[in-house]
Amino acid sequence: MRFSVNGQSVDASAAPGQCLRTLLRDHEHYEVKKGCDAGDCGACTVLVEGSPVHSCIYPAARIDGKAVTTVSGLGTPEAPHPVQANFAAAGAFQCGFCTAGMVVTASAVTDPSTGVATMPDQLASQFKGNLCRCTGYRSIRDALAGTVNTCDAPAGQAFGVSVPAPAGKRIVTGREPYTLDFTTRSVLHLAIVGSPHAHARIMAIDASRAEALAGVRAVFTHRDVPDVLFSTARHESRLDDPDDTRILDPIVRFRGQRVAAVVADTLAIAQEACRLVEVTYDELPSVFDAHAARSPGAPLLHGDKNADTHRVVDPERNVVAETHGEIGDVDAALNAATAVVSGTWTTARVSHVALETHAARGWLDDAGRLTIRTSSQIPFLVRDELCHIFGLDQESVRVFTARVGGGFGGKQELLTEDLVALAVLRTGLPVQYEFTREDEFSIAPCRHPMTIDVTLGAGADGVLTALDVDVLTDTGAYGNHAAGVMFHGCHESVALYRCANKRVNAEAVYTNNLPSGAFRGYGLGQIIFAIESAMDDLARELQIDPVELRRRNVVVPGDPMLVNGPDHDSDLQYGSYGLDQCLDLVDKALARTSGNMGDDVALPSGPQWRFGTGMATAMIATIPPRGHFTEVSVRTDEPGVYTVGVGTAEFGNGTTTVHTQFAASALGTDVSHIRIEQSDTDKASYDTGAFGSAGSVVAGKAVLLAAERLRDQIVAAAATMAGVDVTECLLQPDAVATPAGPIPLADILHAYGPLSADAKGDGSPRSVAFNVHAFKVAVDTVTGEVQILQSVQAVDAGVIINPEQLRGQVEGGTAQAIGGALYEEMHLDQGTVTTRTLRNYHVPQWADVPDTEIYFADTVDALGPRGAKSMSEAPYNPIAPALANAIRDAIGVRPYELPMSRDRIWRLLHP
Amino acid sequence: MDLTTVTSLRPARARADLVLAPGESVMGGGSWLFSEPQLEVSGLVDLMDLGWPPITVTPDGLEIAATCTIAELRAMEAQPTWHAHPLFAQCCSALLGSFKVWNVATVGGNICLALPAGPMTSMASALDAVAVIWTPDGSEREVPVAHLVLDVRTTGLAPGEVVRSIRVPQASLEATTAFRQIALSPLGRSAALVIARRNVDGSVVLTVTASTTHPVQWRFAALPSADEVTAAIETHTHWYDDAHGAPDWRASITAELARQVVAELAV
Repeated sequence: MRFSVNGQSVDASAAPGQCLRTLLRDHEHYEVKKGCDAGDCGACTVLVEGSPVHSCIYPAARIDGKAVTTVSGLGTPEAPHPVQANFAAAGAFQCGFCTAGMVVTASAVTDPSTGVATMPDQLASQFKGNLCRCTGYRSIRDALAGTVNTCDAPAGQAFGVSVPAPAGKRIVTGREPYTLDFTTRSVLHLAIVGSPHAHARIMAIDASRAEALAGVRAVFTHRDVPDVLFSTARHESRLDDPDDTRILDPIVRFRGQRVAAVVADTLAIAQEACRLVEVTYDELPSVFDAHAARSPGAPLLHGDKNADTHRVVDPERNVVAETHGEIGDVDAALNAATAVVSGTWTTARVSHVALETHAARGWLDDAGRLTIRTSSQIPFLVRDELCHIFGLDQESVRVFTARVGGGFGGKQELLTEDLVALAVLRTGLPVQYEFTREDEFSIAPCRHPMTIDVTLGAGADGVLTALDVDVLTDTGAYGNHAAGVMFHGCHESVALYRCANKRVNAEAVYTNNLPSGAFRGYGLGQIIFAIESAMDDLARELQIDPVELRRRNVVVPGDPMLVNGPDHDSDLQYGSYGLDQCLDLVDKALARTSGNMGDDVALPSGPQWRFGTGMATAMIATIPPRGHFTEVSVRTDEPGVYTVGVGTAEFGNGTTTVHTQFAASALGTDVSHIRIEQSDTDKASYDTGAFGSAGSVVAGKAVLLAAERLRDQIVAAAATMAGVDVTECLLQPDAVATPAGPIPLADILHAYGPLSADAKGDGSPRSVAFNVHAFKVAVDTVTGEVQILQSVQAVDAGVIINPEQLRGQVEGGTAQAIGGALYEEMHLDQGTVTTRTLRNYHVPQWADVPDTEIYFADTVDALGPRGAKSMSEAPYNPIAPALANAIRDAIGVRPYELPMSRDRIWRLLHP
Repeated sequence: MDLTTVTSLRPARARADLVLAPGESVMGGGSWLFSEPQLEVSGLVDLMDLGWPPITVTPDGLEIAATCTIAELRAMEAQPTWHAHPLFAQCCSALLGSFKVWNVATVGGNICLALPAGPMTSMASALDAVAVIWTPDGSEREVPVAHLVLDVRTTGLAPGEVVRSIRVPQASLEATTAFRQIALSPLGRSAALVIARRNVDGSVVLTVTASTTHPVQWRFAALPSADEVTAAIETHTHWYDDAHGAPDWRASITAELARQVVAELAV
């Protein structure tokens, strides 16, 4: 058949069951993305004969004779379509993976000459088929109103300015390549056989029929993998996580777990071969409830492991990690307290829904070196663990990422690269393993569901005298991130409050559910939901304003940050402190609108509506504990152009922009003169990875330091050449200004050759950052619907590096957390995930996310680069309790369970 | 997504082409078929080349081809006597899929999917529309759409039967309708969709979908009171349970929406 793409004629044949999306990608139109492959997310949107369609559900055969326009056909970086120009100017993306589909869809509902929406009040429904997981939609709304949020900065003055992301124009025109957006000749495809049982021993595997299928290159089972235990979770120290996972294990512990992997010429053949693999299982007893899992008689998931070798604390009780401790005397304090409140809170399983699924493609390079391009937040840690598993040295493995389509913690895991490495090493051929959206829901780790008991005691003056927390986390079948999430979750949430008597008991427990893992906030969000809800109850009990109750009890500089024992060796410090400002800012914003009503949106009318206000507070360490290391370089081998080598991956975190700002500011130049080479084990010496919000304050701090060192070298060279003192010299974009006249950078490079400087960071000491959020809501007592009337977040992020990007991180975190608070819930039936598509798992759409007023505290951090603090996970954390407290205020009944879906709210009112 | 088990695709250009080989499935817009793995399907027969006129106005009412897209139905112009006309756009908008899906998805496809939240099932049932079914022996039969959708993902279609069109009676088009939909989120998949239709003779038909596993209808000789509506809804006991809402909530809000639509018709 023949059709055209962006004006170019294409002769092609499509497979009978092929969709248009893959046909276009077969012809190297990589701008057409796969987010869901099911017509739900819109990332693959193209125009067919001028009409937008989801190309993933459009039969390819139907394109014969038609004209297709993709985002790349709408415009170029040099000559963008008005919609593309608007998206770039508004900064209407973060990871940018949804942007291609957003832009194409927008082109159909905007004025072609201005790119401005023709029916602004219809946008929420027009965009119900386009999901963005990063932005919270405000910036996209701005783009379609023609609002400009970014600006240029004079040379050397980019710090603190909302300069646009360096990749912006490429992203909005579909030119920025993501993980699989490149051509590899004869790449093989890998598919897995998933376990139909929640717990079983594999007795036999007969792969002969699969191996006999034409096009099958290899079938791997547990007999073919290194006898090495590891964890899919990766941290700076591999000892942080239990060694409980094999690439392929003779025992399967959750439904869908890999049993065998097939490598074949096409994905279709690999999938067909998977259906031909015959497996005999001996089914084992299983347990799906975390309470039951640690009770006597429960089936043991990792009974063959121990504390010393595998770092599973108590395998005889399915407990992988625990903390038990007390400061003071909690029971005595509760007996003496004027007011005591308590409750049990639970949180749901939540999926990250990064729009780009996990995927990796590997090959042997010309030197025979294993090379893997992957969708990861942690290329260096992936490399190191692959070396551990396969017994390779670091020089023989290269791992890198292109731009990554979202992460949210979900890509701090080794989920695809181990199988790709195995397949590449055994076949010697390029191999690709790409998760489907269904895989993301059913076998990729989710957020830890938790059950949290909180009891608080206080005197009549509102001073906390007892804080008692008991936490049970369901880590699923494997202990990846079990300990980290549990310890971190209990840390800043509890340490936030100055209280003489504290007790925290927490256990992370194995079950035969899919594994839980790292998720934005890393445990804090769940436990903050419980503690901040309890604080709200305490405020009610004592009839003290909830903001005032926080003022009386939060830690202030000088207070130790304690959980359930002494904290002798903590490197956590008050590098700055803006919580007081945040509380005041939120108080003031709430006072701006009248009563519980909010004034900014039309109020729902009718006698069934109730109105309420609620707030919550959150603290977070600016860097993960126990070291976060980075080694960066900045070099110049072309006059006035600087190349930064840094390990941080870009997945919408915006660190590439930030690193550019740091370098350009130090080097007195324009951001356009900074090139970032990133997230590649060949391009930088080391970086622990982009998690724990470390990209700005660890790697960024090192980039700033290296750039300053390079500046000093250049200035010293110029001073020598001019015969003046360095203090009289100033680095400018093209020359060093000296009293003896400008010394051109070309002359310096000519005289000295390429110059470079390195810097390291170890992520210590660490500071603390704060977020306070408040909502005013209306609740429909008949249907359980919650409408957000006002949403306010005050943020203490130190000195602000890029206001628009920071605003975007706060809005994005707020939106994602509104999803978790009101809508998102993975349903499981005896360990089988039943919500396996985006249409059955509701992530926030355009219509669901209100604008949030954002306020910044005025602080300067003594530890962060140029006074800045990290801020990307944290905005998520206070949302659920703030909403719960507002709903409680409105309806007089407390929600204890997330998500606070309409049916649950209704049931609270109709018990 | 690619349907990797599908090895053949043929366009149907005449009725004779609708004789299906084992493993073959007819395809309307394809927007649902391509949205999930179809491991049982090895061949597709594309209905979109049959050239059925999407919308035909007849003296008896309206004939909507099974292959009429949601977008075509939504753009259909009203006739002066069609008081029920707003219902078409309301039901089209109730589709979870975006307007980009409306460009592809078909009325017949949505009904034959037999999903509780299928809004074309809601529309056709509420209007007492009849499905014209082509049978494999070359004849045709008619079944009310409300009786064609039997259960979640189950229709009364026999193997080889194909829905040709939906016939909406003129009397239904001339009736007045009221529509309510609710989901767990503002624009989410319907948890309950309730339509009331008041005929010119004053009789009222109440149709519930989305909260039930198949369309459920109540008929009243005249506009019922709120209590009568509540009592009617309470006779139904099996409420659908899936990720889009708990059954007890669905029962409650269905009754509420039913009272609302009936009250709206009273105005």
